[in-house]
Order: sequence, then structure tokens, then C-alpha cells
Amino acid sequence: MNVIEIEHLKKHYGAVKAVDDISFAVGRGEFFAFLGVNGAGKSTTISILCGRLGRDGGSVKIDGLDLDGHLGDVKKRLGVVFQNSVLDLPLSVSDNLRYRASLYGITGAAFLKRQQELTEIFDLKEILRRPVGKLSGGQRRRVDIARALVHEPQILVLDEPTTGLDPQTRKTVWGIVHRLRAEKEMTVFLTTHYMEEATDADRVVILDGGKILADATPNELKNRYTGDYVTFYGVAEEELAALGLPVERTGEGYRISVKDTAAATALILKHPALFRDYEITKGKMDDVFLNVTGKKSEEHL
Amino acid sequence: MKLLSLIRRNCKIYFKEKGLFFSSLIAPLILFFLFVAFLGDVYRDSLMSILPEGAEVSSRLVEGFAGGWLLSSLLAVSAVSIAFTANMVMVQDKVTDRFSDFAVSPVSQSTLALSYYLSTALVTLMVCCAALAVGFVYLAIVGWYLSVSDVFFILLDLIVLVLFGTALSSIVCRFLKSQGGITAVEAIVSASYGFLCGAYMPISELAKGIANTLMFVPGTYGTSLLHEHFMGGAIDEIGARFSEEYTEAMRGGFDCTLDFFGKSVPEWTCFLVISLSVAALVGVYVLLCAAPWKKKKQ
Repeated sequence: MNVIEIEHLKKHYGAVKAVDDISFAVGRGEFFAFLGVNGAGKSTTISILCGRLGRDGGSVKIDGLDLDGHLGDVKKRLGVVFQNSVLDLPLSVSDNLRYRASLYGITGAAFLKRQQELTEIFDLKEILRRPVGKLSGGQRRRVDIARALVHEPQILVLDEPTTGLDPQTRKTVWGIVHRLRAEKEMTVFLTTHYMEEATDADRVVILDGGKILADATPNELKNRYTGDYVTFYGVAEEELAALGLPVERTGEGYRISVKDTAAATALILKHPALFRDYEITKGKMDDVFLNVTGKKSEEHL
Repeated sequence: MKLLSLIRRNCKIYFKEKGLFFSSLIAPLILFFLFVAFLGDVYRDSLMSILPEGAEVSSRLVEGFAGGWLLSSLLAVSAVSIAFTANMVMVQDKVTDRFSDFAVSPVSQSTLALSYYLSTALVTLMVCCAALAVGFVYLAIVGWYLSVSDVFFILLDLIVLVLFGTALSSIVCRFLKSQGGITAVEAIVSASYGFLCGAYMPISELAKGIANTLMFVPGTYGTSLLHEHFMGGAIDEIGARFSEEYTEAMRGGFDCTLDFFGKSVPEWTCFLVISLSVAALVGVYVLLCAAPWKKKKQ
């Protein structure tokens, strides 16, 4: 069953078509990734989805509720983590959670119970009474997500949630998100320009110039828009000339590009002597993005 | 419940953000130090200079009079300048895109706007009341000439002036888009409002053209009310030794009663002017918050 249904969504700013007649749906419990460079229309779509921005056409349904006429109920079903932290820096972690919870009518004993649950999930015990301004970037991000989940939303919208975070913190954030998905069957709607973060998604939509260019699973996208790579170790470059394919040096080995896994298998069968130490990998999401849009992802710009 | 929670949040941010709290005390502190440095002597000397020759008044009465001028001026300025600083919470929320965050939560724009107005008024009133309490202790030590009704009316004046300052700052802050902007506005307000509302020096001592112009500043009427209720007792005490005309002249000379193009403005009119100004400014604030033209654009 779909929890988000967007049909023929349009948003124009004068002559600029920020969102140009897009339609897609997100299933309940799905990890959905929305990819695109700045100005592709991701943030505009999210803003419309959350009720922050009006639209010029189309319809948006969240959990079966039309955005028109049910905005209040829709907002209760959404938890949003913005790219920039919106925590109140002078206030403690507990205060930040408390004031947010009160906007959803969660107060008193109900709040304390929820705070306890979030403290355990996000490991906040040590920092609960500390002002947010004195926390590290990673700690703040954990609090940001905890705050977005304080009212137990059905859909967690993550708008470039790991931008500016170090790799360890990024890993921690994703660990928490994946655990929540597994335990609570929560729908996660992600926008990111770290293409590899979309690899774990159930579905990926690539947006450019306000239009949807691709909509599929990461594996389908890789199969459709990139080939496979075979990397050889412990062979000389001259030996690989027998393959009749361009060879690229990568670290300790050599890499060749093939159309798909079947082509790699055919090479193994034809030249078994070369395949002493090797690996076959799929193309990366960066390659998918590059081939779909003709643009390099912002991560590499 | 949401409104109360937002008010609590805004107030807590103000008091926890030390920079905000201390910067709001700048204007009253400047006035206090000016008073200690030389303004106090100016008021004492000007009182002594207008006394009939050979007349004597106790130093307690002089101090009670000068202290009344200081406190009424200080509170008149603070009610507006502190409101501007307290509204910094709203500007910060706008600058740091917390407005977007509120927009995705089930809280209405009107509740949010009202929470900023009420929390700013509450914070300003709390700081002013703290200053008032210290001021009452000071007057009790140097010379207390206030009646129970004076104290009641001082509290009423303060509340109305705080509502006025809050409404004025809420409108101005609605247009600010950076912290630098509000710092600049705050500095201008702190420096100029005291002159505009007759808090730094009596309007009656200014050139006629300027004095007449200042009569169109609503805050002037609030300052006059505070002057009357802080200094009226001391002036009555001094005037009792002389004539009724002398008492009235003193009231006019120290802005306890205002002169609007040759006509004396009664106290109830001052209340009416400042109250109507509050209503008008709140109306403008509500219009700005509702901003139907912005919604159309979106």
C-alpha cells in the first residue's frame, strides 16, 4: 500500500518550472531516495509535500489524505529532518524534545515516556540535560532525528541529513535510521547528493530540471545505466591484452569495464587462466546519476 | 497548550541566551550611569533654580523628586528597548529557518505570531518589573512620596507601555532578516527613543517646533503618565508650600502634564492615546502576520 501518492505535481516560478508534472508513489515502510543536483526540484517537492509551499497543479496524498483540507492531519504523519539543524542552541536536549512534543499534544507523563524511549534509541542519556550549543555535530544530528520522531510519525523525511558530517557520524546516523525502519516499519523519504547513500534504498527517483528521469530500484538502475567492473589482481598488464578490452590501473590491480554480469561470466569461461584473483562489482550510483542526467553529482563537483 | 508551550520556549531562550539578556539592559544602564554621572545633578539644580527665592525644601524631597524622574525615564525607555531585544528570538527563528520547521508542525501561523508577541511582552514586563522593584527600594531609601494609587497607576502605565513597545518592535522586527539588522535597529532605538519620548530631557525645554512634533509620538504620552505618577507626590509636597499655579507650572515644566498646541492634555487622554496606539499597532502586526499578499505569491 502506498503511503505517499503524488500525481502530476507542478510548481512554477514565473517561467521557471521548478517541478514539472511529476508523478510517483512511495510504499509504506519503503526507503525511498530522491536524487538530484541543486535546483533539480527536490526541495520544492518536499516543501509541497510538507505543506510549506503551495502548488500550481496536481495532487498530493499522504496516507490516503489529500493535502487540501487535511493539512493538519498530514503534518502529524510527517517527521522532517532539515539539512541545517533547527535545534534551539541555548536550550537543553530535553527542552528541545519537550517543546517539540507539546506542538503535537504530547505532554506530561506521555512526554516523559516518549523521551525515555528516544533516549534509549539515540543514546541521549549523557547529553539530555546539556545545552545543544555545547554538543558535537554528530550529537546534534542524533537529537535532530530524535526530535523529528518525537510524535512517532509514519514518514521520516530526511533532507540531505548527512551533509557536513564526518564519515563515522554518517555511519552512526544511517545505523539508527535503518534500525528504526526495521523495528518500526517506518517510511523513509531521503534526499541526498551523496549518491552512495541511495544504494541501500528500496527505490530511487532521479530528478532533473523538475522532471523525473529515472524511477527504479538501485540494482535496476545500475543494470540499466552502468555496466559491471572486473578487477584483476596478481596479473601483468600485458596478460590482460588478450581480453581485447581497455584496461585501467586501479591501486594494486587492473580494471576492465563489461556490459553486464553475463559478459563477465563469458570472459571467465573464455580466459580462466587470467581469473586467479579477481572481483566483479556493479557500477556505482554516481555512474548511474552521471549517465542518467549527464551531470556529475555534487559530491564530485 | 501549544501557545503556552511556545511562550515558555521563547522566554527560556531569551533568558538562557546571555547576550540577549545583557544587551537588553544596555539602554537602562546607560541612563542609570548618566543619572549618577551628571543628569541627577542637572535635575536637582533645575528644581532648585525654579524654587522661589528663599524657599527651602528638604534634601529627601529633592532626592525623591530626582529619583522619580530617573525611574520614570528609565522605565519609559526600557519598556520599548527591551521589547526590541526580546523580539530577537523571533528574528533568530526567521534567520535560522526555524519558521520552516514550525511550518511542518501542526501549529498555525497565528498561534506562532501570538506566541512571539506575548513572550516578548512577558519578558519585557519581567525585566521592567525587576527594575521597578529596585527603583522602589531606591526611592524608599532616598525619599518616598508615592501613594498607593501612584503605585497602582505606575504598574498600569508600565503594562500599557510594554504592550506598546512590544507591538512597535514586533512590527519592525517582522521586516528584519538578519541579526545585524536587529542590532542596528536596537542601537538606534536605544539611542533615540529616550529623546523622542521625552525620557532624557523634558519636552517643555525643547524648541517649540520640536516639542510640537514630539506630541505626535504616542510613547510621549506613556512617559508623561509615568512622570506624573512617579513625581506627582513630590511635586504636590513642594507645591503645598507655594501656590497652586506654581504646582501646575512645575507639572508642565517636568512633562507631568503635556501641552498639545496650547491645550493641557488630561491624564485619561494620555491613557487613551497610548491604548489606541497599542490597538492600532497590534492590528498592523496581525495584518503583517496574516500577509495575504505573501500567500498569493507562494
